[in-house]
Amino acid sequence: MDDLRNKWLAEIAAASDEATLEDVRVRAVGKKGEVSLRMRELGRMSPEERQEAGPRLNALKGEITSALAARRSALEDAALDERLRAEWLDVTLPARHRRAGSIHPVSQVTEEVTAIFADMGFAVAEGPQIETDWHNFDALNIPWHHSSREEMDTFYMARGEGDDRPPHVLRTHTSPVQIRHMLENGAPCRIIAPGRVYRADYDQTHTPMFHQVEGLAVDRAISMANLKWVLEEFFTAYFGTKVRTRFRASHFPFTEPSAEVDIQCSWEGGSLRVGEGSGWLEVLGSGMVHPKVLQAGGIDSAEWQGFAFGMGIDRIAMLKYGIPDLRAFFDSDLRWLRHYGFSALAVPELAGGV
Amino acid sequence: MKFTLSWLKEHLETDASVDEIAEALTDLGLEVEEVSNPAEKLRGFTIGRVLKAEQHPDADRLRVCQVETDQGEKQIICGAPNAREGIRVVVAHPGTYIPGIDTTIQVGKIRGVESHGMMCSEREMQLSDEHEGIIELPSGEVGESFTDWLAANEPAKVDPVIEIAITPNRPDALGVHGIARDLAARGLGRFKPYVAPVVQGAFPSPINVSIDEDTRAGCPLFTGRVIRGVKNGPSPAWLQDRLRAIGLRPISALVDITNFFTFDMNRPLHVFDASKVRGDLRIHRASGGETLEALDERTYTFEPGMMVISDAEGPESIAGVMGGEATGVTEATTDVFLESAYWDPVTIARTGRALKVGSDARYRFERGVDPAFTLPGLEAATKMVLDLCGGEASEVVQAGAVPPDDRSYRLDPARTASLVGLDIPAEEQRETLLKLGFWFDGDMVFPPSWRPDVQGEADLVEEVARVASLSQLEGVPMPRPRPGVPAPMLTPMQRRERAARRTAAALGYNECVTYSFIDRESAALFGGGTEAARLENPISSEMSHMRPDLLPGLLQAAARNQARGFADLALFEVGPVFRGGEPEDQRLQLAGVLVGATGPRDPHGQRRPVDVFDAKADAEAILAALGAPAKAQVLRDTDGWWHPGRSGRIALGPKKTLATFGEVNPKVLRTLGIKGATVAFTIHPEEVPLPRNQGATRPALELSDLQAVERDFAFVVDRTTEAATLVNAALGADRTLIETARIFDEFTGSKAEAQMEEGKKSLALTVRLQPREATLKEDEIEAVSRRIIDKVVAATGGTLRG
Repeated sequence: MDDLRNKWLAEIAAASDEATLEDVRVRAVGKKGEVSLRMRELGRMSPEERQEAGPRLNALKGEITSALAARRSALEDAALDERLRAEWLDVTLPARHRRAGSIHPVSQVTEEVTAIFADMGFAVAEGPQIETDWHNFDALNIPWHHSSREEMDTFYMARGEGDDRPPHVLRTHTSPVQIRHMLENGAPCRIIAPGRVYRADYDQTHTPMFHQVEGLAVDRAISMANLKWVLEEFFTAYFGTKVRTRFRASHFPFTEPSAEVDIQCSWEGGSLRVGEGSGWLEVLGSGMVHPKVLQAGGIDSAEWQGFAFGMGIDRIAMLKYGIPDLRAFFDSDLRWLRHYGFSALAVPELAGGV
Repeated sequence: MKFTLSWLKEHLETDASVDEIAEALTDLGLEVEEVSNPAEKLRGFTIGRVLKAEQHPDADRLRVCQVETDQGEKQIICGAPNAREGIRVVVAHPGTYIPGIDTTIQVGKIRGVESHGMMCSEREMQLSDEHEGIIELPSGEVGESFTDWLAANEPAKVDPVIEIAITPNRPDALGVHGIARDLAARGLGRFKPYVAPVVQGAFPSPINVSIDEDTRAGCPLFTGRVIRGVKNGPSPAWLQDRLRAIGLRPISALVDITNFFTFDMNRPLHVFDASKVRGDLRIHRASGGETLEALDERTYTFEPGMMVISDAEGPESIAGVMGGEATGVTEATTDVFLESAYWDPVTIARTGRALKVGSDARYRFERGVDPAFTLPGLEAATKMVLDLCGGEASEVVQAGAVPPDDRSYRLDPARTASLVGLDIPAEEQRETLLKLGFWFDGDMVFPPSWRPDVQGEADLVEEVARVASLSQLEGVPMPRPRPGVPAPMLTPMQRRERAARRTAAALGYNECVTYSFIDRESAALFGGGTEAARLENPISSEMSHMRPDLLPGLLQAAARNQARGFADLALFEVGPVFRGGEPEDQRLQLAGVLVGATGPRDPHGQRRPVDVFDAKADAEAILAALGAPAKAQVLRDTDGWWHPGRSGRIALGPKKTLATFGEVNPKVLRTLGIKGATVAFTIHPEEVPLPRNQGATRPALELSDLQAVERDFAFVVDRTTEAATLVNAALGADRTLIETARIFDEFTGSKAEAQMEEGKKSLALTVRLQPREATLKEDEIEAVSRRIIDKVVAATGGTLRG
């Protein structure tokens, strides 16, 4: 019996390929294999002999079967190793191309601004970009003869023959959205209104179209001190560093009192850093909503008061991301879009920091 | 508005430095745009004396000078013709920056001889254009600082010039006097009140004045007088210096005097040459068509209603804007008529704008000059004319009167705290207003005549706050409208716009922001370029019409990028488009363009030109992100800028287009200069219906454990039979059992027609059957298959491919 075992295990071990191994299996434990035949002989044995030989034969068969499986697996591994040795790819070849898109800085910054103000309870209001001159000027306490109408370099829409209405304008600021929102929703309210605005000006630092975000908060006891707090909170969140502001008296027809707002910055080594140093950079105009503007918005100015501000989205985008030239924003140069653009998945949210 | 420090000090007693003054001005709302202090760039220059000047051994035009300086005797080579022994000169030692030649002087050898410094001309120090020779000073000690010498002897040359921006509400600050008043209120010195002289007339004015009844609202007050026997010539140096310092060209004493009062007291004046005025002056409305050659030598034609000053022969002045050339003063003028009037700002603005004429007078009158200073201004100017030009003044002629001004508002000191958040004692608030010229009757406050902008209580608060300084403001938290986690703030449409944008970027498109206005021709290619969408005053013909669609702007952007060498592009934009020129004509659109190939050349053979189905896939993906229903029709009738056979509309019914995709019409591409395959899509987010179910809950998921079965069919149909027809017919065969039906192969073209028949193609359809109750038996599958074949054959007239 031991001879049998040694013989077959040796043959299994010696089998160098699948076919030889299969031949061994047939000859050993196949239907007419040596072991199978020996097992068939059990019937002719005495019960005593059978009791002794049976389990041994079964054990032998089990052992050979396991050895066959182990050998087969080893042969397969060896064959696979052989194949893998032959298989070689130049993995330094370029990957399959996948287009990478981008989000324009204006969109990204608009969402950043929105995320911050939404947290302070400001909704997003919208209005048309071709505006009536009433919404863009008169309602904002800029009568037709006011010099700021000319200073704003307004674009006018052509008027057809026989149409005697004052020409519509391309809104020169986002402020008309204040009026539309107040007329529709009344007080109290808190909104920002981001969007395109237009002025007939084109040079190194001006484009005939740019983006502003308007802010408006009307309630019973809102003061300019609240405005200062809101703006400092905003800039601190937006720039990700504590930013102080400086208010300077100024004049806008739609606010009274009015203030220009500067943010703290330094120009060390030719590069601008917001939130440090002793310099100041003018970034927005603001003030307490003029009583006449509240009235034009259908709100009782004896009962309600509030603040308003307007700042340039492109401008704060340039400041935060170090983008040098405003004109390039609207040129769609692929290199610029890729360099200054943002990933589709980089959605600004406060939890992660805008 | 520009002025010099010394000019300011005529109205303000102050020891404050230029920097302190500049800082206070900006903080008060008179924003400083520039301070130029000529002394600063002349710091290093000192006075020296030439001891000896000898010919340079090696250069005809150079002299070797020995110069006595604060640092001892120095050898300086000089090329100036006047460099000679004994003269007092201005010396720059090595290391000194010379502004006029933008150079720092070094010790050097000039033609072999050492030179230790430089003697300067006025131009080299940017004092004037004088460059005939080096400066020769009439006085001064060797070693004395040149700026000190200038300050003592020619102060105008080192007088700091301050330029401020004036907001439209502050006409009073268009005069140096008004600026001084603000600074004094801030505590930067003592304000010197202005007391105008009174000049007694020696004779009745030979020129009289009248205001037409219908013009009294536009010209409430006109004063004037004749001054005869004047001698007009150059004005004195102090006056010329002042005007030059603020950028005005001195002309003659008479003109310079009017300019002086314009900037000193914000009081524009006009002088007529009295000998050229015929008869009396009449202020009236133009009836239209009259013309006048003005002082700017342009001829203006009046529109009806504009205000004119005429003499017996016709218009002599555009009232309050510009005088006429014919009656202007010259060097030869001996008799003048001096005018000081108050004009209604609105009328002046209208006239100035209509005639497109600008002047310092118009600029001031349309913002509002002090009406009460009309007559004092005439008197003050008369005095200066007599002082500088001699002559004899007539009595004053006057028509109209200072318009009544009964503005008064209550000062509520608590309002400053409530509106601004600054706590300023009531007494200080009162004091501030008094210093600014306001006066009180109880707690009622009366604004001064030079502050037309003050029109309510809020303006009083503004005055108090700005003088106190808004820099004192401390932020005060503004609580959220309700405590706790903020409510969502975006509308469904705003969320949708964001989803669309980020989906497009995720699909590999680069977001562009292009101008809302484009050229007429490009607009016309896309159904726009209409008169209604035209800008009246475009900045260029490239930006003349509001865009009817985002595609022209994106395609132009693509063409620009192609010109820069980028052939394969995926660009998109989300933004407004304009169907016309009314506010309600604006719509939101998202558009994308794919140009060139799917990617760069690569070793994987993946590159191919972009095609319609790339655009369709992306449009469908974005529509899905917008929440559009999955089952929309695709219609073939697209607008003219699409390829008529290779584009489609994804629509809910014929009128509700959600998106359009396809190849851009080659004619359009040719016009816009785009090369290569170009496909595009436009999406209309506002057209996608909002979901009916506003809640967050999803419907229950129904899954079957039973084995699904797929069966494939191939049909031979006409070449123009649409795949959608097959799919819809197949789906109709059994609405419960058939889960999906999808085309997986198309065999078309000449090979296909050779195999099948002219004008035919083959479409292969796979259908997935999902049993719900029991596993499908073969005969059931057979039965459904037969129904599918029957339906498709009936719908298309095709046959099952054998």
